[in-house]
Amino acid sequence: MNPVLKLLTEGVHLTTAQMAQAAGISESEVSQHLEQLRKDRVFLGWRPVLDLSRESDAAVRAVIEVKITPERGGGFNRLAERLSRFDEVESCYLMSGAYDLLIFVSGPSLQKVAGFVSEKLSTLEGVLSTSTHFMLRSYKEGSFLMEVPSQETDRLKVSP
Amino acid sequence: MKRFIARHVAGLPKSGIRDFFEIVSKMKDVISLGIGEPDFDTPWHIREAAIYALEKGKTHYTSNLGLLELRRAIAAYVERNYSLGYRPDDEILVTVGVSEAIDLALRALLNPGDKVLYHQPCYVSYHPGVALAHGVAIPVPTRSDDGFALNAADLEAAWQPGCKVLMMNFPCNPTGGTSDPARLEKIARFAVEKDLIVLSDEIYSELVYENPHTSIAVFPGMRERTIFLHGFSKAFAMTGFRIGYACGPSQLVDAMMKVHQYSMLCAPILSQEAALEALIRGEDGVKSMREQYLRRRDLVVGRLRAAGLPCHAPGGAFYVFPSVAPTGLSDRDFAYGLLESQRVAVIPGGAFGDNGRGFVRASFATGYDQLVEACDRIERFVNAATPCSAPSSS
Repeated sequence: MNPVLKLLTEGVHLTTAQMAQAAGISESEVSQHLEQLRKDRVFLGWRPVLDLSRESDAAVRAVIEVKITPERGGGFNRLAERLSRFDEVESCYLMSGAYDLLIFVSGPSLQKVAGFVSEKLSTLEGVLSTSTHFMLRSYKEGSFLMEVPSQETDRLKVSP
Repeated sequence: MKRFIARHVAGLPKSGIRDFFEIVSKMKDVISLGIGEPDFDTPWHIREAAIYALEKGKTHYTSNLGLLELRRAIAAYVERNYSLGYRPDDEILVTVGVSEAIDLALRALLNPGDKVLYHQPCYVSYHPGVALAHGVAIPVPTRSDDGFALNAADLEAAWQPGCKVLMMNFPCNPTGGTSDPARLEKIARFAVEKDLIVLSDEIYSELVYENPHTSIAVFPGMRERTIFLHGFSKAFAMTGFRIGYACGPSQLVDAMMKVHQYSMLCAPILSQEAALEALIRGEDGVKSMREQYLRRRDLVVGRLRAAGLPCHAPGGAFYVFPSVAPTGLSDRDFAYGLLESQRVAVIPGGAFGDNGRGFVRASFATGYDQLVEACDRIERFVNAATPCSAPSSS
């Protein structure tokens, strides 16, 4: 695996200088690798992982199971790509099983999300049904546990 | 009250690490590179196995030797990774960490006055362990320019009539030194010639970076005179579980088992259950931890050298052992000065025996960001401490 890609998959935030040191290559090589990964659409961008549960104006999030009609020649792709373009949609996956698409959406309020579902999503031609589940609480997000005592561990400060 | 204390206990020096611990634990904002255990928590699936065992009511004694299922898993693991075959029935003993296994072996083997060769710098308990078993410990030096490997020639020089045991720990705490097969073969020949039992503490053997690890027990004539000691603390980040094992010829294991049965009875069952899980499903976790240690090692070695401290690249474990000679300070003054002025804790090398003087042990079992910050601080300290007249190229 590309050494820079390997570092990225570990999900640790490093500067290019730190990446260079960790991968044992020069900083300009790191930049080249990053540039190539962007060009290849492997590295799409950064998003911070945040716990906003204590923020009063945190977004409302929901997962929506969507059944759609596949189309000759393109299967589910055209509709899935179209749905994905909405700003409210954070992620969109084609699934095996009882429904076709699983969509993660977020919005400023329950009404706004509900409005998106009833006005935009379910009215699209080809969408057969939707089933919306609002998220009540997050326990783990992007590999991070939400409730961790504190990073201050009780490891002895000096040990043999 | 002193008169009540047994002479061989009263005579033991206090651990140099202990003093240091007292000071560090009272300070704030210290980056500690003084910790001899992984910074990773035990992988979740291993912890969960212990919880599950507790829920299932596994709260009783086990066989003195340890759970048979665990001994079978140990036999398979040791065979697969070290090419050493041991019978689960009578050649493997599960212990409370390697520390207990060392104590058992020394107590089982030594008559008062028997001599034990061990390399130095070495783990803090070796010398006291021998003294507590009424033996006499004989240090054999290892050197920085040699990567802190052990040489048969130095063993020859240190050998005396009455030597019965050779204790080894490669990869080594505190130096990170390893031993290549060529050197081990010579040591093996020496052990056979002098009729020594070898206690080989291979607790760091999964954490090797360039060259694969070889156990001394694989060389001709060695299986029957080696007690292979290993455990779960370092590779599986399970220090607090206190679980290890000894493998060796059945008569030696049986003798150790006698001491174990009357002093410890058995290793804690929950730790044994967790250890079993580690052996069955834990090896991927070991691989990812090793990769992170390697990256940190390269960072720390590079930065310490750049700061002007001669430092060999350790082949294993998670310690670097740089010389502090260029600063003109003793290891103790360096460690205390660094702690005082830059709030970074390293251990003075003298804590690991006289041959460790002039060096400090820095553990890289700490997060990458913390290590970067610690290296910055060490560099500042070295720059301030190094005499201006000393040319940096020397």
